[in-house]
Amino acid sequence: MTTNANTKTFAEEFFSRRLGREVRPGEIVTAAPDVVLSHDNSAAIIGNFRKMAGEDGRVGYPERIVIILDHTVPAPSEKHAANHALIRGFVKEQRIKSFYDVGCGGICHQVLPEMGHVAPGRLIVGSDSHTPTHGALGAFACGIDRTETAGLWLQEETWFKVPRTIRFNLEGELPRCVFAKDLILTLIGRVGAAGANYRSVEFAGPGVASLSIDDRLTVTNLAAEMGAKNAVFPVDEAAREWLDRMGVEYDPADIVPLSDDADFEAVHPVDLAAIEPVVALPHQVDRVIPVGEAAGRPFDQGLIGTCTNGRLSDLREAAAVLEGRRVAEGVRLLVLPASEEVYANALLDGTLAALHAAGAVVLNPGCGPCLGAHQGALAPGETCLSTANRNFKGRMGCKEAEIILASPATVAASAAKGVIADPRETICE
Amino acid sequence: MTRVWTYGDDVNTDQMFPGKYTYTCSTPEEIAPHLFEDLDPAFAGEAGDGDVILAGEYFGCGSSREHPAKGLRHVGIRAVVAKSFARIFFRSAINQGLLVVECPEAVEAYSEGDEVIIDEERGVVTVGGREFAFPPYPEKVKAILAAGGLQALLKRS
Repeated sequence: MTTNANTKTFAEEFFSRRLGREVRPGEIVTAAPDVVLSHDNSAAIIGNFRKMAGEDGRVGYPERIVIILDHTVPAPSEKHAANHALIRGFVKEQRIKSFYDVGCGGICHQVLPEMGHVAPGRLIVGSDSHTPTHGALGAFACGIDRTETAGLWLQEETWFKVPRTIRFNLEGELPRCVFAKDLILTLIGRVGAAGANYRSVEFAGPGVASLSIDDRLTVTNLAAEMGAKNAVFPVDEAAREWLDRMGVEYDPADIVPLSDDADFEAVHPVDLAAIEPVVALPHQVDRVIPVGEAAGRPFDQGLIGTCTNGRLSDLREAAAVLEGRRVAEGVRLLVLPASEEVYANALLDGTLAALHAAGAVVLNPGCGPCLGAHQGALAPGETCLSTANRNFKGRMGCKEAEIILASPATVAASAAKGVIADPRETICE
Repeated sequence: MTRVWTYGDDVNTDQMFPGKYTYTCSTPEEIAPHLFEDLDPAFAGEAGDGDVILAGEYFGCGSSREHPAKGLRHVGIRAVVAKSFARIFFRSAINQGLLVVECPEAVEAYSEGDEVIIDEERGVVTVGGREFAFPPYPEKVKAILAAGGLQALLKRS
């Protein structure tokens, strides 16, 4: 620990510790990641890797490579199947142990923490833009490109620009029927889709204690949609308890504390009690309005799942809303647990049975229709009310379709009503 | 004579290289004729070796795409100096061997006709004789830039 640790941001303190010297924002440093994550795009990365290392080249650091198939599982076409086969062959050939095949994992951003790859103080890079998710447990986690991922299969270090930092100070508690998704969409609406471009984003303050780890993972996951390089929560009692429960081994000395006295570019106070249910309208994540202003708007498909909102607590919220109700005629409701672990737990506690009884289509763990590859594509003119993190034009495969983002409770309440509805009217009635 | 190309804020990757070509053009030679097609039709035909691009805030925002950086390096762009960069473009530029410099003061100071010189060793941009500092890159990043990108660097070693 450096002596003036309390005046540095998380990002500055993190890289200062790594380098054993003081770093300043804007500076570019090199460091060795502890985890290098990739998913189905590993097929393309293998191509890049072969170009660098040659046809018989060996990966340099197999123990830190984590490959999780999630984007198109099970394979929807011969081409996708061939890519999966290529990855399986490579994993075997290179003796990569942390490989989660179809049926063994789920969405990479859920499997990575569940399987103990995420711990406080770890440096995690991933060839996926939602890699900042893992800051919810005190890691420094950010996205990189495919060429760079291939490079990190070969060489130990890569470069990092030490980011400036934006702080959100959370106070109070979310009201009943208001969720982490509503919180982070509201914040994105406030600062804009580029509001945290290249910035480290810290979520701190007394309000953190009221957010579960599932909630925090939702918040850091969506921080990518305000442009954040990484996002982080303090490692408090709840986080330590969660890590212990998952059997994650880490040294408490590696926890990088968040300081209130650092040099922040901006500090945003957030009153959790004032947050209300919201939706993000097509085709930008920062087009956020109170759900009441969208109430009554028809939609064709509801989607509950993805790396944003496919966790056990999300599925339980949806099941609670749908208890004694049915998905309205004319609406399809798709549910995808984020991982095999979530699926098993939701199966055992009756959540999936309740969702099924209400008329939902329960699909296997994975990214599903979120990126438009399979399992619930949209037709021109259709609207999907989704718990995902992106509503860009064409995101779900059809440029003439629309995507509206909301919390699992809002999607469930709306599915029961057949039009967009405020979940407070259903669950708090 | 090298040229200085100046652009405003929020230049996105679609303006730099239209998305409709991403699956049909992948080599630098295929990319080059379409560079900045929707931003500045003169650019692709006239930009050449040693030219500098000066831009405003959030240069390279939009979709993750390696093509613009690859193409700009191919035509010989010396550097892009901007007030700020979108993160994904910044990473991609360095990994493709394109020098990118964040130096808002240098962009502000420019007037038409000024010569722009970049000294990446010292971390200085000179605009019309006035010097503006930026943090120099560490050796590892310099090596990527010098080799013409990460793939080229690792292929040689």
